[in-house]
Amino acid sequence: MQEDLLGHQSDTSPLSALRPGESATIESLGGDLGLMRRLKALGLGQGQRIHLLRRAWMAGPLHVRVGMTELMLRRVDANHIRIAPRTTPQAA
Amino acid sequence: MTMALVGMPNSGKSTFFNGITGSHSPIGNWPGLTVDLHQGNVQLQGQNVQLIDLPGIYDLHGLSEDEAIVRRFLESTPLDLLVLILNASQIDRQLRLALQVQQLGLPALVLLNMGDEAKRFGVRINTEALSQRLSLPVLLISAKYGDGFHAAEQAMAAALAQQAGPPRRAEGLEERLGAGEADLEARLAELLNACVQLPERLRDQRTRRLDQLLLHPLLGLPLFFLVMFLMFQAIYALGVPLQGLLAQLLDGFGSAVLTPLLAWAPAFVRGFLLEGLYQGIGTVAAFLPVIFLFFLAMAVVEDSGYLSRAAFLMDALMERLGLDGRSFVLSLMGFGCNVPAILGTRVMRSKGLRILTMLVIPFSLCSARLNVFLFMTAALFAPKQGAAVLFSLYLISFLAAILTALIFKGQFPSREPLVLELPPYRFPTPKQMFGRSWGEVRHFWFWSRKFIIFGVVAVWLLNNLPFGVAPASEQSLSGLLGAALQPLLQPIGINPKLTVALVFGFIAKEIVLGGLAVIYNQADSVQLGHALARDISWTQAYSFMLFTLLYTPCLSTVAVIRSESKRWGVTLLSVFWSLLLAWLVAFIFFQGSRLMGWA
Repeated sequence: MQEDLLGHQSDTSPLSALRPGESATIESLGGDLGLMRRLKALGLGQGQRIHLLRRAWMAGPLHVRVGMTELMLRRVDANHIRIAPRTTPQAA
Repeated sequence: MTMALVGMPNSGKSTFFNGITGSHSPIGNWPGLTVDLHQGNVQLQGQNVQLIDLPGIYDLHGLSEDEAIVRRFLESTPLDLLVLILNASQIDRQLRLALQVQQLGLPALVLLNMGDEAKRFGVRINTEALSQRLSLPVLLISAKYGDGFHAAEQAMAAALAQQAGPPRRAEGLEERLGAGEADLEARLAELLNACVQLPERLRDQRTRRLDQLLLHPLLGLPLFFLVMFLMFQAIYALGVPLQGLLAQLLDGFGSAVLTPLLAWAPAFVRGFLLEGLYQGIGTVAAFLPVIFLFFLAMAVVEDSGYLSRAAFLMDALMERLGLDGRSFVLSLMGFGCNVPAILGTRVMRSKGLRILTMLVIPFSLCSARLNVFLFMTAALFAPKQGAAVLFSLYLISFLAAILTALIFKGQFPSREPLVLELPPYRFPTPKQMFGRSWGEVRHFWFWSRKFIIFGVVAVWLLNNLPFGVAPASEQSLSGLLGAALQPLLQPIGINPKLTVALVFGFIAKEIVLGGLAVIYNQADSVQLGHALARDISWTQAYSFMLFTLLYTPCLSTVAVIRSESKRWGVTLLSVFWSLLLAWLVAFIFFQGSRLMGWA
């Protein structure tokens, strides 16, 4: 969980918060239109499960899998992908 | 009749295109498009139909250059049939493109390629249901193994036969795509639900295990450099002797056949034809074996899926230079020969990234330059110093490449996000590999030969005009040029004779030594070494080597930068920037060495 400036807990985190071997559901896409359309075309749409396979050394790209496709994503681009919290909240 | 082929990158589109048209596809210029498109002919029930291969796209509505090109093509070119090719094993996301194509309202046909892989991964597709829901014919094929070509041809013929009326353009393309955008994902989900069965888990154990090794945090990079080293050795262990053999054959033909045939001609005409024109053809031919072998190796690295893994490994460093991991692979290969490395930049689809890589590659110390350096270090340095000299030149080669990337990355930014697919590991077929290499050799021959031959002839004229002068002597045009350039080149220790050698080197570094032999009038290489050592100091020699390392590698490199970038501005920038950098580095060294009292 993350806190924004006002101290509210936002319930999404960037994809880069995921640890290798973990999966999450994509909540929303940000960034410019070109990036959003490219991500959607590669299967990284809202509601899709995304699995982080590994990270490259020295803050290099992420290796992820969505559906039947494996991709490398730079961290700058990956930061525009927000994922739902890994653990489902117990109570609203 | 005209058909166009559309599909995603890595869907086997080119393999299908080459398979169905035969590999003799000419490259055509299309009005209003900035890229060359391959076009070929398909025989459909005795009818000759033209097929145009459009660039691979992810999204008909996307913002990349290739995506804009495809839209412009579809809006301006009337088509009888649009053939869409999708990777069946990734149908879960690629079907999105089929829905977009359906919105265009053009007659279309869907080919699900890589049927073999889809089966292996446990993807099951009900093509009939899919065809019904899309209202388009849908077929499963495997282009790599040639499965389903016959059925695909029949389906194309049937679709064309059904076609009533003239070929059509995609009218109101933007509006049509925009209208379908909102419920695209929902329709995709529904379609997948009804027609496709995906495996519970990805079944590709081979790829998972290989990635664990090849992308290993510690072993990944050493393995990458080992792979690069082996590939490099294989190409040049074979390529250099082949190049030599070809040169011998051409020389033999020249002296045994052409020289007697031209015996009647005055010396100048004979020289022009043999040493100018024929030598020019020989210069072009010398690159063909290396280009062929280079692209055999590239086909293995790329089609196996390793190239994008290499990009993954090197991206952290390259991103900071405004490049990507693929640029690094190509620059490394440039240490053998810059020409195929620059041709190879076509794998990068973002124009900024491609141009930046083209500006960087010429600083890779290629084998032709290495020959010059080996000769000069042997002539002017003790063996121990010689090794240090060579090492320093390699170091400067790397530094010049990094500096160039840092300076120009702002000028040529990559506007496309780097989201690369890491496809499952595959075995490329020999047919794919040879087809690719042959295509590249033809491409080089087609686009570069006139430019190179013209350059060789021009330099020959510089060395042999005005009439009656001794070749490359002080009285020749290039000798006069050498003298005229003294105010500029004296501060870097380059005398008029060395200047003429640099003029030779502009054609190709392979002929610098031959040029020096003519200039110093010493045919024997040992004698030439002595003559050089008598004429110039070691600081002059090192300054000459620095200049040789950094200025334009050869005419062929200039020719391919021109043909690949399609921009004279970029070509001139590459030539002038490398001249400027060469001069600055040589100046700093030569004047510095004088201040230090070395010379």
